[in-house]
Amino acid sequence: MMTRPVIVPPATPAPETGAEIALSVRGLTIALPKSMERRFAVEDVSFDLRRGQILCVVGESGSGKSVTANTLLGLLPRAMKTTAGSITLEGREVIGMGAEDLRDLRGRVVSMIFQDPLSALNPLMTVGAQVDEAMAAHGIGTPDTRRTSTIALLQEVGLPDPALMYHQYPFRLSGGQRQRVMIAMALALEPTILIADEPTTALDVTTQAQILTLIRDIQRRKGMSVMFITHDFGVVAEIADSVVVMEKGHVVEEGPADRVLRAPRHEYTQRLIAAVPHLRGDDRPKPAGAEEPPVLEVRNLVKTYASGSALLRTRRVVPAVQDVSFRLARGSTLGIVGESGSGKSSLGRLLVRLMEADSGQILFEGEDIAPLPEPKFRSFRQKIQMIFQDPFASLNPRMTVGTILTVGPMAYGVKASDARAQAHEMLQLVGLDRGAFGRYPHEFSGGQRQRIGIARALMFRPRLLVADEAVSALDVSIQAQILELLERIQRETGVSMVFITHDLRVASQICDEIAVMHKGRIVEHGPPSQIFMSPRSDYTRELVAAIPGEDFQRGAAAVALT
Amino acid sequence: MTAMTASLPPQTRWWQSRVVRRFTRNWLALLGLAMITLLTLACIFGPALLPYDSLYVDLRARFSAPLTGDHYLGTDPLGRDIAARLLMAGRISLMVGFFAMLLATLLGTLVGVIAGYSGGWVNAVLMRTVDGFLSFPTIFLLLALAVALQPTPVMITLIIALTGWMEVARIVEAEVRSLKEREFVMAGRMLGLSRTHIMFREILPNAMGPIIVAATLTVARAILLEAYVSFLGFGIQPPLPSWGNMLNGAQQYLGTAPWLAIIPGAAITIAVTSFNFIGDGLRDALDVRNDTL
Repeated sequence: MMTRPVIVPPATPAPETGAEIALSVRGLTIALPKSMERRFAVEDVSFDLRRGQILCVVGESGSGKSVTANTLLGLLPRAMKTTAGSITLEGREVIGMGAEDLRDLRGRVVSMIFQDPLSALNPLMTVGAQVDEAMAAHGIGTPDTRRTSTIALLQEVGLPDPALMYHQYPFRLSGGQRQRVMIAMALALEPTILIADEPTTALDVTTQAQILTLIRDIQRRKGMSVMFITHDFGVVAEIADSVVVMEKGHVVEEGPADRVLRAPRHEYTQRLIAAVPHLRGDDRPKPAGAEEPPVLEVRNLVKTYASGSALLRTRRVVPAVQDVSFRLARGSTLGIVGESGSGKSSLGRLLVRLMEADSGQILFEGEDIAPLPEPKFRSFRQKIQMIFQDPFASLNPRMTVGTILTVGPMAYGVKASDARAQAHEMLQLVGLDRGAFGRYPHEFSGGQRQRIGIARALMFRPRLLVADEAVSALDVSIQAQILELLERIQRETGVSMVFITHDLRVASQICDEIAVMHKGRIVEHGPPSQIFMSPRSDYTRELVAAIPGEDFQRGAAAVALT
Repeated sequence: MTAMTASLPPQTRWWQSRVVRRFTRNWLALLGLAMITLLTLACIFGPALLPYDSLYVDLRARFSAPLTGDHYLGTDPLGRDIAARLLMAGRISLMVGFFAMLLATLLGTLVGVIAGYSGGWVNAVLMRTVDGFLSFPTIFLLLALAVALQPTPVMITLIIALTGWMEVARIVEAEVRSLKEREFVMAGRMLGLSRTHIMFREILPNAMGPIIVAATLTVARAILLEAYVSFLGFGIQPPLPSWGNMLNGAQQYLGTAPWLAIIPGAAITIAVTSFNFIGDGLRDALDVRNDTL
């Protein structure tokens, strides 16, 4: 492990000279097109990446962190212009550099890992060919030597059986494996600087932990300098040597990771760190309805997906939900946690009947709704509502908020004036202004849209809310607000909730009970105190251990308790 | 919590929208729009303003060239004023084009939405029907139908619409199929909205972009088809003028009175290219992927 960084005072006036600094950004200002809400994407941004260190650039969406990273490689969208500042990469000025010189720099001196490994890999090329291509494009080696070094790289990033992996296509690989391939490509030309733009955000928590370890290991082994862009302070705690915090295009704080995490100076940093959902090991007080018969009881629910044809022997059967049973008490929240492919979303869809179960019972207030045909189920729709994941996709862009809210009740024959009155009431309940009624969804931010989605679900005064990753697409500070809102709504309306999430920290915030799903089965079920503090199944233990920044969280939680 | 509600951005008006901005930046599209507007206005009001009626026979001024005498665009072999005939023909041709587009778009949209949303065997039956229609050579079908049926303007419109709806259906079907996987459609199902409501009130407005583009291009195609059929003598029948049958009448005088062919030909060219320019402009303006602000 290298020495901890010296504190770099904010607003360093002159760049430090010498081989200490791998990358230096001074007074970088990038203008946005006129029609945008603010004038600059980033304004007067300065920081240094020291050789052999990991620098985390942290910020919420719209903070300008990705724009900054793209500028380093000359990958700015055409509409944006660098208006001032300088970027020095290994002693060479990047701003104003010609396209040819930049191309030479990319990959050889600095290379990049992207957030979504699926869209960053070419689906029509084998993994080996893509890594090879990076070297061939810079005219390095002969086909034979390139092949050898490609296989060595695939080995280095921890892919199983590299010789075989060389000939695989990206679609055969899991998300984590694809990200490993991306890393191999980024390492192909042995760059001295690696830029990682949210490389683990799209990954499951256990995979994320592996990729973070991999990046850390490679960085140490090769003595590379890494600029790591993330929105997650948990990740920062895992990996960073020093931190730059950005807000709305400005650097608000920078310093060594330890100091920023334990004693943040700027108010925004403090707010961000406070908003990071802490893993809470304590149970919520028992809701009033705990003794009554459960609102929802699920018995032996099964759903399998089948694709292909039995005739052509291409049939593939994927068990999505296997023999799942649980009970949900009135006014309480059940968290369903699991990684992608665990069947948690399928379970959610089954509960709200967007999908038919193969077998099993779903008892809602004592009545089995699983076998009901749609027309009969229609009367239950009002009592069971859903909150969706993506606040940008879940609201019809061509309808005003008013129409979105009232269209449901009006389909059930509620008078237009009554529906309108109720919509106003719900907007107020979720903390939106009356003026929102006549607006279109695109005029709202992600958090505001999610509030609209929640208001829509509440229009019928439902008994059961199914929230499918309802806060996953939101920034941490917004996330905290929405969780608070859901909690308040539950207190005020007594609604029961099934809260589906991949994020254990979020689940620990809001759930009375938690069911951990793995490969379609519930592997562990219990109160948060059991799941997080003394998990019984190996899988749960693995999940909890993989939560990034756990030690820092525990430390913070301990501080909060004293 | 109330602090965040205060920060709603100012409402944008439709003429400030990105689509309008991008459309107006495309000068070919603007030119097309201007030409079509001019042409339409001329066809509506022009005949009343001209000195001669389109059916008036001026025997002393047969074959007079454009800009000689008091016939602005000259006369035809019977001494009828070409300017008046051109504009009357424009009424017919543009009307046929417009209504054929309307019918084709309505039918295509209906089939596309139902096929796209329903999926399964409904989709298979409807889309294979589309394929079936597409497999007929359009011109041949058009001529066969025009021979068998009474070629009135209404009938020609129907026939052209019948050969032009498949493209719209295919575009709409693809669009709806991708839209129905979006979460807002699922939200609609959660609210218990009926299938028809989801198909036509939730999904359809989101597919309007491609439909409008296809519709514009369909007008151009319909005008061209009408001219083609009329030129061959199976479309609009004289003495009712259309751009196509004016061309037909001009054939035998091509050497001696070329303006008889050039003038209606130019009208067709202007109308068709203008509609194509508008269609291209709309496609670029409505295409979100092409996001250069």
